[in-house]
Amino acid sequence: MSRIRDTFAELKHTARGGFIPFITAGDPDLVTTELLLIELAAAGADIIELGVPFSDPVADGEVIQRASERALRKGVTLSDVLRCVSNVKQHIEVPIVLFSYLNPLLKFGKDQLAEEAKRTGVDAVLITDLIPEEGGPWITAFHDHGIELIFLVAPTTSNDRLARIAQLASGFIYAVSRSGVTGERNEIPRDAESLVKRARAASDLPIAVGFGISTAEQVRQVWRFADAAVTGSAIVRQIESLADSPDLVARYEAKN
Amino acid sequence: MQKSPITRSEPDEHGHWGEFGGRYVPETLVAPLDELTNEFMRARQDPNFWGECNQLLRDYCGRPTPLFHARRLTAHAGGAQIYLKREDLLHTGAHKINNAVGQALLARRMGKRRVIAETGAGQHGVATATVCALFGLHCVVYMGAEDVRRQALNVFRMRLLGAEVITVNAGTRTLKDAINEALRDWVTNVDDTYYLLGSALGPHPYPLMVRQFQSVIGREAREEILSVTGKLPRALIACVGGGSNAIGLFHPFIADEQVRLIGVEAGGRGDSLGEHAARFHSGTASGGGQVGVLQGTMSYVLQDTNGQIATTHSISAGLDYSAIGPEHAFLHNSGRAEYIRASDAEALEGFRLCARLEGIIPALETSHAIMPAIRVAHELSRDEVIIINLSGRGDKDVQLVAGLQPQ
Repeated sequence: MSRIRDTFAELKHTARGGFIPFITAGDPDLVTTELLLIELAAAGADIIELGVPFSDPVADGEVIQRASERALRKGVTLSDVLRCVSNVKQHIEVPIVLFSYLNPLLKFGKDQLAEEAKRTGVDAVLITDLIPEEGGPWITAFHDHGIELIFLVAPTTSNDRLARIAQLASGFIYAVSRSGVTGERNEIPRDAESLVKRARAASDLPIAVGFGISTAEQVRQVWRFADAAVTGSAIVRQIESLADSPDLVARYEAKN
Repeated sequence: MQKSPITRSEPDEHGHWGEFGGRYVPETLVAPLDELTNEFMRARQDPNFWGECNQLLRDYCGRPTPLFHARRLTAHAGGAQIYLKREDLLHTGAHKINNAVGQALLARRMGKRRVIAETGAGQHGVATATVCALFGLHCVVYMGAEDVRRQALNVFRMRLLGAEVITVNAGTRTLKDAINEALRDWVTNVDDTYYLLGSALGPHPYPLMVRQFQSVIGREAREEILSVTGKLPRALIACVGGGSNAIGLFHPFIADEQVRLIGVEAGGRGDSLGEHAARFHSGTASGGGQVGVLQGTMSYVLQDTNGQIATTHSISAGLDYSAIGPEHAFLHNSGRAEYIRASDAEALEGFRLCARLEGIIPALETSHAIMPAIRVAHELSRDEVIIINLSGRGDKDVQLVAGLQPQ
C-alpha cells in the first residue's frame, strides 16, 4: 500500500475531507520551507504539494509565478528541493507530492529523479505540462520505483479521455476546477462538481479538486463532492506578505 | 492551388518529428488543440478554403512576391548569383501575414470571435491585428515590455488597427513571456478564443499548421527560380527565430537534396548563456542549447544546468527567443539543414550593406542572413544561384539603428 492510498483510505474510514496545501519550495528560502512543511503537517495537512520553481510557469497565476521567481533568485534547484524533502521526512509522515513543470525534471533525468524521489521520501510527482500521451517513459520510470504519477483532468476533458487518463493515473486524480491558471477566486464553478462526477464514473481513484480554492468555506464546499481540496495561492500569498518577518512560521500558524 | 505535400519531414499524427514536437501542455488545452487540429486537417483538404486563402493572399497581401536578382550584392560577394525572395513587399511588410490570413480563416470557420496573439518584433502582432480588422474579429496582442520599448512604432500600428496591446512585465519581458501570457489567456478563455500563434512553435498542430501557411514562400521561390534560371539554387538562406520564414522557404525544397538549407540564428553579442539566441550552440559550463520542453513543444532550448530557461539577447526582437521550432531541431539532427550564427554586429553590417547596394532596407531579423549569404555565394561559381529569404522590411528598425550611429 502506498502512503497516499493509506491516507485516502483513512479519510474515507473517518468520513473526513482531505486538505492538501501547496507551497513553493525555496520561497522565501529553503530553511523556511522545511519549517513550513513540518508546521503544515502538524496543523493537519493530509498531503502536501511542494512546488518546484520554474522560470516559465504557464499554468500558474501571478501569486505562484512570483513565488517561483523568489525561489529562483535564491538559486533553488530540484536537488535542493529533494534535499529539503529528505530533511523533513525524518520528522513527518505526511505524503509529499512534487508539483513541477517538465523541463527541470527532464534535465535532471527521469530515472535519476525516480531513484532520488524514492530515496528522499517523495511519494508522488505531478507534472503540469505532461499529458498521458507524452508521458509513457515517465509512467514506466516512476512505476518501477513505486513513485506515483498524478495526472490532471479539466472541465474540457472529454469522457473518453477521462477513461484513458484514469487507466494510467495512480495515487489520486487531480481535477482542475476551472479553465484557467492557479489563483484565488470568489467562487467554485459548477463545472467542478460535474467534472468530479464524470471522473468518478471513469475511475475508483480518490479525487482532489484544485485551482482557485482559497477559503475555508470553499474547502468545505469541495468536500461535499470530492475527496480532497487543494489550496495553493491563498497560502503562498500569506507567505509572500510575511516573508520579511523572522517569525514568519509562528505568525503563519497563528493565522490558521 | 495549395496542396499538402507529403515529404520525409511530415510529422506523425501527434505532431512528432522524431523525438521533437508533440504536445506538452496543461490538460485544459488538449481539447481545444484537438478541435483546432481537426478543423485544420479538414480545411487542408478543402478546395474552398484554399480558394479563399489564395485569393486573399493575392488581392489583399500582394502575392506572389517577386524573386529579385540582387546584382550589386552578387558583385560584392564575387560568386554565385544572389536572389532575394521579396516577402518584405507583402502587405504589413513581412512574411507573417501569410500565416495570419490562413489562421484567421480557420478562426472564422471555428466560429471564434476573439483572437489572441503574441508578438516579439511586432510584425506578427501587426499581421494579426490587420486580419482581425479585415474579418471584424476582436484582437488582443501580448507583447513583452522590452519589445514594446524597442518596437514602439508597431505598437502604435496595432492600436491603430483596433487591437488591444497588453504589455507583459513578467520574466525577461520579451517574446517568451508574451507567449506565456497568451497561453494563460487561452487556458482561461478556451471557449470563445482562438490563439493565433505566429511562428512554427508551440504544441501540435501549430508547427505543422504555420509551416503549411508559410510554405507558399518556398513553392513560389522554386517555380520562380526554375523559370528564370532553369535550375535549382545551390543554397537557401533564412534567419531563424522560431523559424517560420525559414521553414516556409525550406519545406518545398526538402526533397531536393542538392539544395543546401541554411538557417541563421542570432549570435547576439557574445558566446556565454544569455548573450545570444543560438539554440544549436551547446554552450558553456553554465548551460546552452539542449533538448528540452518549452511552451508546448520538445526542441532545442537555451537553458541552464538546472533546466531553467535561459535569458537570450539579440539586437532583433523577432529572433530573441530561447527555443526553436521542432521541425528545425529535426532537420538539424538529421543533417538535412545547417544552422549557423550571425552576431548583432554582422546583422547591422548586412542591414547597411543591403540598403546601400540594393536600395532595400531589410528587417534586423532578416539582416542576420545577409553576411552569411555573401560568404556562401563567395565560395560558389558565378553560374550558380542562391536565394535569401528577405522576410521583412526594416522600417520598424530604422529608429533603433539611428540610435546606434555612429559606431
